[in-house]
Amino acid sequence: MITLRLKKQPTVPLEAEALSPDRLAGQGNAAIRALPVFLGKRQCRLDEFFDVDGADSDQLEIHGDAARVKWIGREMSRGLIKIHGNAGMHLGAYMKGGAIEVAGNASDWVGAEMTGGRIRVAGNVGGQIGAAYRGSLAGMKGGTILIGGSAGLEVGMRMKRGIIAVAGPVRDFAGLQMKGGTIILGGGAEIRTGAWMFRGTIISLAPLQLLPTFAYASAYMPTFLRVYAKHLRTLGVSIPVDAAAGAYQRYTGDSAVPGKGEIFVWQPRSQS
Amino acid sequence: MLRISGGKVYDPANSINGVVKDICIDNGKIVADVAGGRVLDAAGMIVFPGGVDIHTHVAGAALNFARALTPENQRAAAKFLHSEHTRAGIGGQTPTTFATGYLYAGMGYTTVVEAAVPILSAKHTHEELNDTPIIDKAACLLMANNEIVMDLLEAGDVERAKHVVAWLIWAAKVYGVKAVNPGGVTAWKWGKDAKQLHEPVYGYSKVTPAKIIAALAGMVDEFGLPHPLHLHCNNLGAPGNVATTLETMKVLEGNRAHMAHLQFHAYGGDDWHTMRSEATQIAEYFNRHKNLTCDAGAVLFGNAVTITADGPWQHLLYQLTGRKWGNLDVENETGCGIVPYTYKGSNLVNAVQWAVGLELLLLIDDPWRIFLTTDHPNGACFWRYPEIIHLLMHADVRKERVKKLPAKARARIFLADLNREYSLYEIAIITSAGPARALGMKQKGHLGVGADADVVIFNQNPDGEHMFRYPRYVIKAGEIVVEEGDIKNVRNGQAFVVKPAFDEKIEDFLKPVFQQQYTMSFENYPVERERVHGLQLCPTSQAGGSS
Repeated sequence: MITLRLKKQPTVPLEAEALSPDRLAGQGNAAIRALPVFLGKRQCRLDEFFDVDGADSDQLEIHGDAARVKWIGREMSRGLIKIHGNAGMHLGAYMKGGAIEVAGNASDWVGAEMTGGRIRVAGNVGGQIGAAYRGSLAGMKGGTILIGGSAGLEVGMRMKRGIIAVAGPVRDFAGLQMKGGTIILGGGAEIRTGAWMFRGTIISLAPLQLLPTFAYASAYMPTFLRVYAKHLRTLGVSIPVDAAAGAYQRYTGDSAVPGKGEIFVWQPRSQS
Repeated sequence: MLRISGGKVYDPANSINGVVKDICIDNGKIVADVAGGRVLDAAGMIVFPGGVDIHTHVAGAALNFARALTPENQRAAAKFLHSEHTRAGIGGQTPTTFATGYLYAGMGYTTVVEAAVPILSAKHTHEELNDTPIIDKAACLLMANNEIVMDLLEAGDVERAKHVVAWLIWAAKVYGVKAVNPGGVTAWKWGKDAKQLHEPVYGYSKVTPAKIIAALAGMVDEFGLPHPLHLHCNNLGAPGNVATTLETMKVLEGNRAHMAHLQFHAYGGDDWHTMRSEATQIAEYFNRHKNLTCDAGAVLFGNAVTITADGPWQHLLYQLTGRKWGNLDVENETGCGIVPYTYKGSNLVNAVQWAVGLELLLLIDDPWRIFLTTDHPNGACFWRYPEIIHLLMHADVRKERVKKLPAKARARIFLADLNREYSLYEIAIITSAGPARALGMKQKGHLGVGADADVVIFNQNPDGEHMFRYPRYVIKAGEIVVEEGDIKNVRNGQAFVVKPAFDEKIEDFLKPVFQQQYTMSFENYPVERERVHGLQLCPTSQAGGSS
C-alpha cells in the first residue's frame, strides 16, 4: 500500500498523471517521491505536494482535498486507487483496468475515453463523464462508472460501450451522440437527453422531458433489463424490474441523425 | 567545405547509377573538388540527391482549418519537444509548421511544393512557410475557379485574362499555377459541380472546364513558367472518372501539364459497388503522350485528413463518411473542404484506391514522368513515403499485401500481376531527379557541379522502409542538418517565386472590379516581397523576359 497525504494545496491545478498503479508498482519510496508532476509549466517532484509513505504496490491511497489534482489514474490498467477526499479533473481518463474509489466529489471528464475498469464516486461529479475528448469519434469503450450524487453536462457523450450509472440528477445532453453502451439516470436529467443518439440505451428512473425527435413506442417490461438488473445489483445499483410495480416507456431516436437509440423511462403503476 | 567520401552515388540526372565516387561541397554548392575541410566517410553507404516533393499541402488557411478540425489527431501525434536546435511541435496527419520542416528533412526531403494557395490566403501561407524550417519551398496558385478570370474568358478577352493571371501570380508570390476541379468549385457556390468537360460551368454560357484548362495551360506555357500547369482534374475520386481524365489529357495536347495525384482520377465502374482500377487505360495513354508528367497521389491504409479546394467532392465524402466536414468559401477565387478519413483495407473502394496508386507507379514506364506523392495529407502523410518505396522495390511484399484484401477487391485490381521492381536508381528519379526536372529547378535533384548541395546519405539496408525512413545524414545547402535521426542544425530555406511579364496598366482594370467585389482593399491584396523570407526569383523562359 502506498499512502499519499496532500500537504500543500497547489495554487493552480497540478497535473499528476504519475499517480497510476502502473507507474508506482515496482518503485521504491525515494523513486515515488521523485516522480514528476506539473504545476503549470513547471515540473516539480511529487513530494513537494504530498507526504509519501510506502513503496512498490499497486494499491494507492490519497488523503486530503485533491480537487486540484488532475489526471489521477490516467491510463491505469490494474490495481486500486482510493481517494478519501475529492479528486480533480480527468480522473481515470483513458483507464484500461483496475478500480478507483472516491469518497468525496470529482470533477469533469471522469473516465473519459476509458476502455475498462471501474470508477466509483460517492459524491457529485462534473460534466463529460465517460465522454469523448473534443474531436474524438468515441468516448468510453468499456468499463463502469458509478456516481452516487449528481453529474453535469454531456454525460456519456459519444460513448460506445460500458455502463454509466448516476444516482442523482444530471444536466443537459446526457448521451449526446451516443453510439452504444448504457446510461442509467437514477435522478432524471435536464433537457435534450439522447440528442443525436445513434445507438445505445438510456434508462431513466425519473420522468424526462424528451426531444420531439424521439418517438414513443410502447410501455412494457423489457426482458433484457432483468439481466441488466442482476449485473447492476452486484455493483450496488438497483433498477426496478418488477412488472407489478410499473413499466418502462420506450422511446426511439434520435430521428434527427437518424439513430436507433432507445430511452426507457420508468413509470410506476398508479396507486388508484 | 565538405567531402562525402566513398559512398555509392545515385544521381540519375547525370546518369550516375551506383558509382562509388566522392561528392564535394563548398559554399552550399556541389563543386568538382575541395582541398581540406571535413571528410564524411560514406563507405558502404548510399548517396542520393535531396528529395523533392512536387505536390503536398503543408501550409495555409485550409491546412490550418484541418489542424483545428482534428484535435484528436494531434493528441495521438508524435511530439517534438523544444531542444537546442528544434522548436516544439507535433507531427501526425497535419504536422505543425516547425515539425513539418523537421519531418521532411528527417526523411531526406529538402524541397517541397505547397500545391494549393488561394491569393487571398497567400499571406497566411507565406507566414507559415517562413516558419517551416530547413526545406526549400515553392507554391502553386489556385486559378481555375477565379471568377475575374472566368468572366474575362466568358467575354472572350483572353489577352486581358492573361495579364490578370500574370499579375495574380506575382501578387501571390508563387512558383506555378494550379487548377483544381476547373469550374467545379465556382459551381459549388450554387450547390452544383462541373462533371462534364464540355458543358458550360453553372452561371456561365460559354466557359467550360475544358476551356479553362486549355486557356490556363496555354498561358503557363506562354509565360514560360518553369513548371507547367499543375492540374487536379474534374470528377476526382468518382467511380468511372477515367473517361474525364482521358478527355482532359486530350484537351492538354499541344501544351505541357502536370497531372496531380493521378491515382484519384483512374477509376472505372458506375458506382461505389462496381468501382475498379483503370490504371492500365490511363498508363497506356500517358505513356504515349510525352507532354505530361504526373504524381501518384498514392493511398496507404490508416488515418488521413482529406483537404482540397474541391468543395463539392468534399461534401460528397462527408455524406459518405458521416464524419466531420469543414467548408470554406474563398470569395471569388476558390473554396475548400476538409473531411477526416480512414482508409481501410477491408473496404472495397479503399482497397482499389491503394492498388491504383501503386499500379500507376508500376505501369507508367518512364520514371521521369511519375513522381512519388500521397497528396499529403489526403492519401497518407508524407512521412509514410518510405512504406511506398518498400512496396515499389519488392513485388513479393506487394503480392502478400494483396492477398489480405477482400476477394471482391482483388477482382477489381491487377497489382498482383505486376512484377516490376524499382531499382535504387529509379527511386532516386521518382523522389528527386524527376520532380526537380518537372518543376524546372535546374539546381535541384542532382549532384552535378553547380547544383545546390542537398544530399541524403543512407545506410544500405534491404528493408527499404527502414533505410528511407532513417537517413544516416541529410545535408541541406552544404550543412549537415540531420545526423542519425537527430536535427543538428536548423537554418531556413529559400522560397522560389516567378514573375511573368504583365502590363502594369492591368491594375486599372482590376482595381475597380476588386473594390466592388472583394471584402479587402486592393492595396492589401498582394503579398509584399519582404514578407516572403528567402525569396528567390526564378527566371521564366518568356520571349520578352520578365519585367
